[in-house]
Amino acid sequence: MMHFEFHVEGGNFLKAGAASSQLKKILKQLNVDPKTIKRVVVAMYEAEVNIVAHAYKGDIYIDIDTKKIEITLIDEGPGIPDIDLAMKQGFSTASSVVREMGFGAGMGLPNIKNNSDELTITSEVNKGTTVKFATYLNQ
Amino acid sequence: MKVSELVEKLGLKVYCGNNGLENEISNGYTSDLLSDVMGHADAGCAWITLQTHKNVMAIASLKDLSAVILVKGFEPETDMAAQSDEEGIPVLGTSEEAFTISGKLFNLLINCK
Ligand SMILES: Nc1ncnc2c1ncn2[C@@H]1O[C@H](COP(=O)(O)OP(=O)(O)O)[C@@H](O)[C@H]1O
Ligand SMILES: [Mg+2]
Repeated sequence: MMHFEFHVEGGNFLKAGAASSQLKKILKQLNVDPKTIKRVVVAMYEAEVNIVAHAYKGDIYIDIDTKKIEITLIDEGPGIPDIDLAMKQGFSTASSVVREMGFGAGMGLPNIKNNSDELTITSEVNKGTTVKFATYLNQ
Repeated sequence: MKVSELVEKLGLKVYCGNNGLENEISNGYTSDLLSDVMGHADAGCAWITLQTHKNVMAIASLKDLSAVILVKGFEPETDMAAQSDEEGIPVLGTSEEAFTISGKLFNLLINCK
């Protein structure tokens, strides 16, 4: 059982993806199979960027055991009023500046769903959001 | 095909990431939406885009892409160039638009398969 933690600053696009990059290195070192690494990295990046794009700050907790990689992202932010709507491909409340950078296509949460084996999102408006997902290790 | 061969055959500019000119390109992906590339581009792709900021390199690195091709004369921002050098993922440039350069890349890759 291994545990890792990362902090994410809301609004700081210069650091977006730094935690995902660290995680990718860790998984490579642990010799996790490349297909699994690819899936985890896609889901992790989207969840990390969502904190940067939509929240004020957040923490990422990663637990790895022999069966799965479990990632929990807890942020302080505006929260998500309607999670089913937010999950829809193409739905986005991203600002025009963020969209011009190529973020805000409304494909992030669908990417997380498609690249994880378990996904739970809980959120409280004006408080924050918790995204928890797991990817199984096929060993 | 190596990035260096692509540069020569399509007359591309090399802005940065020269240490990755031997990277192998196996496919291409054309998109300006970062999540689209994140979700759907394969490792080994040349990514054709007009986005010129640092996050492009973060994605290129996370997805193990081989090169980025900027269209219509767009140039990489300073921090994009710095990360390109760091990661060894070249940022190339063309004056052509995405449709044209994608077509040329497609033809080249088809012929070397
Ligand atoms: N951590 C978060 N905090 C607040 N809102 C969020 C968060 N993550 C996602 N959302 C909401 O869900 C929408 C869809 O998210 P996503 O599919 O990643 O698309 P995008 O980030 O491109 O807008 C966002 O536009 C935003 O309204
Ligand atoms: Mg998103």
